[in-house]
Amino acid sequence: MSTATPATAIQAGDIVTEGHPPGKKKARRGIKSYYPTWFFIPALVLYVVFFALPTFSSFYFSLTRWSLFDSTFIGFQNYVQFFSDPQLYTSFIHTLVYAVITSGAKVIIGFFLALLLTAPIIGRGYLRAVVFFPVLLSTIGVGIMWKALLDPFHGMVNAVLGFFGLPQPGWLTDPNLALYSIAGIDIWKGIGIATLIFMAGIVAIPTEYFEAARIDGAGAWKIMRQITIPLTRGATATVIILSLIGGLRSFDIIWVTTGGGPGFTSDVLASVIYKQYQAGFFGLSTAGNVVLFLLVTAIMVPLSYFLNRKQVEL
Amino acid sequence: MFSRKTTVRAAAILGGAALMGLTLVGCSTSGSSGGASTIRLMAGGNDPIATKFANTIAADFHKANPSVTVKVDTRPGGTDGDNLIKTKLSTGTMDDVFLYNSGSLFQALHPDSQLVNLSDQPWVKDITPDFKAAVSTSKGTYGAPNGTTFDGGVMYNKKVYEQLGLTVPKTWDEFISNSEKIKAAGKTPVLVSYGDTWTSQLFVLADFANVSAQDPKWADQYTANKRKYADEPALAGFTHTQEIFDKKLMNKDYASLTNVNALKELATGAGVQYPMITVVIGNVLQANPGQVNDIGYFAMPTDSGDPQATVWEAGGAYIPKTTTGDKLTAAKKLVAFINSPQGCAAQLEAGTAAGPFAISTCKVPADAPALVADELKYQDAKKTGLALEFISPIKGPNLEKILIQVGSGITKAPAGAALYDNDVKAQAQQLGLKGW
Repeated sequence: MSTATPATAIQAGDIVTEGHPPGKKKARRGIKSYYPTWFFIPALVLYVVFFALPTFSSFYFSLTRWSLFDSTFIGFQNYVQFFSDPQLYTSFIHTLVYAVITSGAKVIIGFFLALLLTAPIIGRGYLRAVVFFPVLLSTIGVGIMWKALLDPFHGMVNAVLGFFGLPQPGWLTDPNLALYSIAGIDIWKGIGIATLIFMAGIVAIPTEYFEAARIDGAGAWKIMRQITIPLTRGATATVIILSLIGGLRSFDIIWVTTGGGPGFTSDVLASVIYKQYQAGFFGLSTAGNVVLFLLVTAIMVPLSYFLNRKQVEL
Repeated sequence: MFSRKTTVRAAAILGGAALMGLTLVGCSTSGSSGGASTIRLMAGGNDPIATKFANTIAADFHKANPSVTVKVDTRPGGTDGDNLIKTKLSTGTMDDVFLYNSGSLFQALHPDSQLVNLSDQPWVKDITPDFKAAVSTSKGTYGAPNGTTFDGGVMYNKKVYEQLGLTVPKTWDEFISNSEKIKAAGKTPVLVSYGDTWTSQLFVLADFANVSAQDPKWADQYTANKRKYADEPALAGFTHTQEIFDKKLMNKDYASLTNVNALKELATGAGVQYPMITVVIGNVLQANPGQVNDIGYFAMPTDSGDPQATVWEAGGAYIPKTTTGDKLTAAKKLVAFINSPQGCAAQLEAGTAAGPFAISTCKVPADAPALVADELKYQDAKKTGLALEFISPIKGPNLEKILIQVGSGITKAPAGAALYDNDVKAQAQQLGLKGW
């Protein structure tokens, strides 16, 4: 945070020395504020109380055995125990599978939906609304709704499948299917945001490029490969990053639909952590949260650097 | 205009005051000190029966003590409720009286530092020794019973048993052969309801009196890390869970059936046997009142053929240390009222007796559900034992999930039991027990 008083802030911008343009000088002197310092105090207080303190105290509590009534410092024992949990390995794999499936599907389906919804088709506004609608619903509500729809014996999905004489799997109750079914629900719910981001990316491409390509005789496939995909790279990076983070820390939809079950077959890191919290292992689950935080950071920071490095200027 | 210095100071003071205000919101004010006109009662859950029970007690208590009004709060059930209660106690915002489990969940509340010692109350002499143990530490007794005790075992449809000429099984083989006959008659032999995950545990939990009967020191040795579920006799609960799946003796919709719907099938006779705790008979009374007395109870069969009924103690009514002065006086009155003759009547009006009461002032009425008589037979023959959660503080959090794995063919019984022994280790270490 800047410590400059309002008076010096104004002066710093005005002084032009040694032929440097004012803008450059400003940049070199660090962030300059348009507001007086005390203006930030309420925000700073809120930030420290509600964000900084809990974050740092959670690092501390992850090193304790904590019953809410008292806490004993036990060093890294919680981390040792967390990593020796037999469910951890499977839940870790589930987390990665889930994140990759949901993120990949959102990129691919979202891109094609965006192509469709930016094309001049009948009922475009309506279709855009339909695709975006699930994003507006509460995740818990979506979970409850799909749990009812996918019920193996009384659900609508299996009723329809049965009507056509197709097999009626236990979408959320079959151990081999549960995780993928939930991923499907997640994709259904989140696809609207991905589509929206891709649509913004496609619409931002100057139409001259398409016209020029068409005059040169490029077909639809070639236009997509040579123009649309490279020039929506920024949108693709955004969708990947957002949906991958979402997938890695996904919890609510899994919890509502299967609770990590049957057994542990759809458990992810976040649900393991939550179950530890439920069991009253507060220190242990805090340690799990720290691990999840580090994991997401370890995956996302390099990925985000890699994806954003090759941004194309339009 | 203010000078800048003054403004900064004013902002700092305002910010500080706002922060103080935020902190103070956390500690609820105790209200008027004189008269104690209102106290709060936290119900034992937010389901219809728990809510009705708390409201009935509150209304009847107010009638008997017009100067005191009882306001009722509800709370979530299960582990969310456990954590809410711990949070409220540790932040000093707990209601003046709260209803909660006895046994190991009660011990996890750190009663000596958090709850008011009630051992000097007149009703203490009337409670059963088992219940007293489930609400006491070495330093005092902290709770009065609320609700009845209940048993775990198998609830079964007596009418179907009669039609098919079956007798109550004592050995596990008899149970299986009964089940085969029921299956041949086109009915569901064993109801399994993994739609409510907690119901998966009954073959293991309700078998515990049998484990205790074979090895009386099992619970103590288990707490000391010297007995394991992976070994007999405790392994039986796991193998039984697997056997029902292997022999296809359960309903097809086992993965999604809920407890309430399983009870409806049991009441109508579509399903005939249901490993369960008898406290759920209250739900049958609501959904299938005409068939309540068609349902009977028997203890979990054993290999040796001498089954013991596993008994769960009643819940408790507790007062937190934060309740003081006139409110404490009123709260003690309310706790005593719950087990007074009027209180017993209110308990029976709101719920139903699912077994004998844990206090001699309350009596099981003559019109109690038929399965209570079955439970009393075991009591009279002294063939009962407490559930593990009342004699050992350790219960692994993942038992229900592990048993769903065993009961749906994902894991075999010995592997499931070994997994659970590992799960228990986490709990024991968290509790800081010796030998882990």
